[in-house]
Amino acid sequence: MAHDLIEKLREACGRENVVTHPHQLRTYESDGLLRYRVTPRAVVLPGSAEEVQKVLRACHEAEVPWVARGSGTGLSGGALPVEEGIVISVNRMNRVLEVDLPNQRMVVEPGVTNLDVSKAAGPTHFYPPDPSSQIVCSIGGNVAENAGGAHCFKYGFTTNYVTGLELVLPDGELIELGGKELDRPGYDLLGAFVGSEGTLGIATKITVRIVPVPEAVRTLVAFFEHTSNAGRVVSDIVAAGIVPGAIEMMDSLAIEAAEGATHAGYPSDAGAALVVELDGSEAECEHRFKEVEKLCEGNGATSIRVAQDEDERQLIWKARKAAFAAMGRVSTHYYVQDGVIPRTRLSEVLERIDELSKEYGMPVANVFHAGDGNLHPLVCYDGHTEGEAERAEELSGKILTACVEAGGSITGEHGVGYDKKRYMPRMFEEPDFDAFQRLRCAFDPAGMANPGKVMPTPRLCGEVPGPYRQHPLEAAGIAERF
Amino acid sequence: MTAAAEQIAECGGRGQSLRVRGGGTKFEWGTPAGDPDVVVSTAELDRIVEHNEGDLTAILEAGVPLARAQQEFASAGQMLALDPPLGAGAGATIGGVIATGDSGPLRHRYGAPRDLVLGMTVALSDGTVAKSGSRVIKNVAGYDLAKLFAGSFGTLGLILQVVVRLHPKPSQSVSAIGRSGDPDAVARGASALAHASLEKECVDVRWGGGEGAALAQLGGETAGAQAEAAARILADAGLEPAIVEDDEELWTEQRNGQRSSDRAVVRVSGLQAELARTIRVVESLGGSLVGRASLGISWVTLDPSRIGHLRRELAPFPCVVLDAPREVRASLDVWDADPSPLAQRVKHRFDPAGVFAPGTFPV
Repeated sequence: MAHDLIEKLREACGRENVVTHPHQLRTYESDGLLRYRVTPRAVVLPGSAEEVQKVLRACHEAEVPWVARGSGTGLSGGALPVEEGIVISVNRMNRVLEVDLPNQRMVVEPGVTNLDVSKAAGPTHFYPPDPSSQIVCSIGGNVAENAGGAHCFKYGFTTNYVTGLELVLPDGELIELGGKELDRPGYDLLGAFVGSEGTLGIATKITVRIVPVPEAVRTLVAFFEHTSNAGRVVSDIVAAGIVPGAIEMMDSLAIEAAEGATHAGYPSDAGAALVVELDGSEAECEHRFKEVEKLCEGNGATSIRVAQDEDERQLIWKARKAAFAAMGRVSTHYYVQDGVIPRTRLSEVLERIDELSKEYGMPVANVFHAGDGNLHPLVCYDGHTEGEAERAEELSGKILTACVEAGGSITGEHGVGYDKKRYMPRMFEEPDFDAFQRLRCAFDPAGMANPGKVMPTPRLCGEVPGPYRQHPLEAAGIAERF
Repeated sequence: MTAAAEQIAECGGRGQSLRVRGGGTKFEWGTPAGDPDVVVSTAELDRIVEHNEGDLTAILEAGVPLARAQQEFASAGQMLALDPPLGAGAGATIGGVIATGDSGPLRHRYGAPRDLVLGMTVALSDGTVAKSGSRVIKNVAGYDLAKLFAGSFGTLGLILQVVVRLHPKPSQSVSAIGRSGDPDAVARGASALAHASLEKECVDVRWGGGEGAALAQLGGETAGAQAEAAARILADAGLEPAIVEDDEELWTEQRNGQRSSDRAVVRVSGLQAELARTIRVVESLGGSLVGRASLGISWVTLDPSRIGHLRRELAPFPCVVLDAPREVRASLDVWDADPSPLAQRVKHRFDPAGVFAPGTFPV
């Protein structure tokens, strides 16, 4: 059966676009979260929607589960392969199909990178969602994860910019949801699909809204003795009715690492750095920027650097965007967490993280999208010492508990994927999962699309058309019917 | 909320058809399908559960009148950026606005109800009470079921409670308007505003009786200077510009243009670059129009007998009938859309008893 499937995939997409050699398969055994690895049965790289249809039909007939993959930069194991399953990479589908500036729309294939979407819209327009991995991450992956980024406090998330999708359902049917127009009659299935983490189907064509490039951008980085000072600035900015394009915060450990890697000129003894970027009309930007400077000074900024030109702005951002990767200079191993809290609870949650850090004897660096309360604590540990990885994971989980207890979420932008499904019961209860499952079953009654992700307990759809047959996941003992 | 959920479960158990009623200001919308067995009112679900000023979020029960919620938010210099027409007695409730996906001029900057709802609790026909989303402004845990329920016209379940994102109310606003009797000039002005790098709260268009206008509301500390820049843009596009400092009435008129008590109102899902053509079609049919210029959505008011013409001329743009006189409503194809098998599967999964507003929605 499995051999037949591989042959069908080769027929559908060409022999050269089906990977089965064990060495080559290793490239696909994890996504950006390296701690989980599963070798798939095969990887197929379709070049068109038609080929995706053929692949999904073949998987459907063979009852073989599959996982769609963009650039593999996800940090929650969302693109982790399924044992004996197929990985469907959309990297070959990377054409910008249309740039419709008069209507402020673009139509792209899922393998186009996030940055290339904005580049194609430029120089007059841009695509606002900008995850840190934007140079390589794919727009298809962005749709699956509802990607955010530094500028989403003002501009919103992927879900606010996708207006149309062509997608292939798990049984191979090609459908269209939305289009260039807004408010088509019927359910907003598009809204339900964005952020569904590859569990409902594969998007093969994506229509997005693009917006005019702001007239002016002003950026500063202010340094403080303590994160609580920087936190107060954030609250004051919001209270003043200022909506910055981005407000990003880093604590001392993150500053130390980022500075070591980028030499952006961040003072190594600073307790906190706050990057504030305002954009919009020249007059408004100028007026509000002065207010922001005053608020920084009023809350004890030890120094403020205002970017005088685009190069300086890029340097300020370089340190912020390099923070994750730069942690390698401070620690051999680290665990990237992604939690959200109501912004007003920042101080107390940071204190709790500090307590946990001391309790576990593990440094925790903090990098935040401060405007929307999205924390990225980086838990540092020594992976060469037995048991430390598990302790780091435990600490990381306790940070999430603190976020949820403060009224927040277990993930702001990285997704639930494989890694966080066990934390889902901290936010949701059985009836909530039941409602989620209803959506999933409407799209994928056979449960072949990225099984084992998002939901804490694998579950199958109550009604399967036709006579009862044991599901392969059921037979393998990894899912049960509810 | 428990009582409402129990009532839903009872209807589901007995197979009684039901319709949810908020303020009743849009109760006629959708395909007329005869009287339901039960009308479930959200009037008792009227608590503003939380207003978290520092976090710019609020939790509202579905039956809270939008106007009352806005008063509460305004006291903190904030707003829920939803400004649809509020209907008779300003009775529109937050649940009703979300269920119908209705919106007003602020949609230009802040999006539709779907974009402002962070979390939702619903009651389903089999007794399930489920929540999705969260109470923070950024969250990707679980499916975004609030988007599915927003605009579903009460056909999937009863919205019990929502968490919404708030925004700071601009400290001041000034508007610029450019008038013309030439549809091309109006469309040109609207497009120029849409593509301009200004802090626009709203970018709208209007047309009726052979003349029209493109208009924008600018917000913030420098609203006046920006409005002047917008007026220059309109002048360059060949429109007769004016600055309106006290602009509340201007925008009330735009909202009022989305409703009619004696003619039909059709929502056209068009495109920005098709605006001039849309205006010409509306003019030729003796209608009038207000719309979100950059979003391509227009509300066309016209004689119900001309709806077929409008659809033929503007095809393939979807044209949904909202208001229509009661006596002609039954003969109209309200939605102009065929149900998709996927939408039907969604409906069946969420409302297995099939009791929520049967026959009113394209499903």
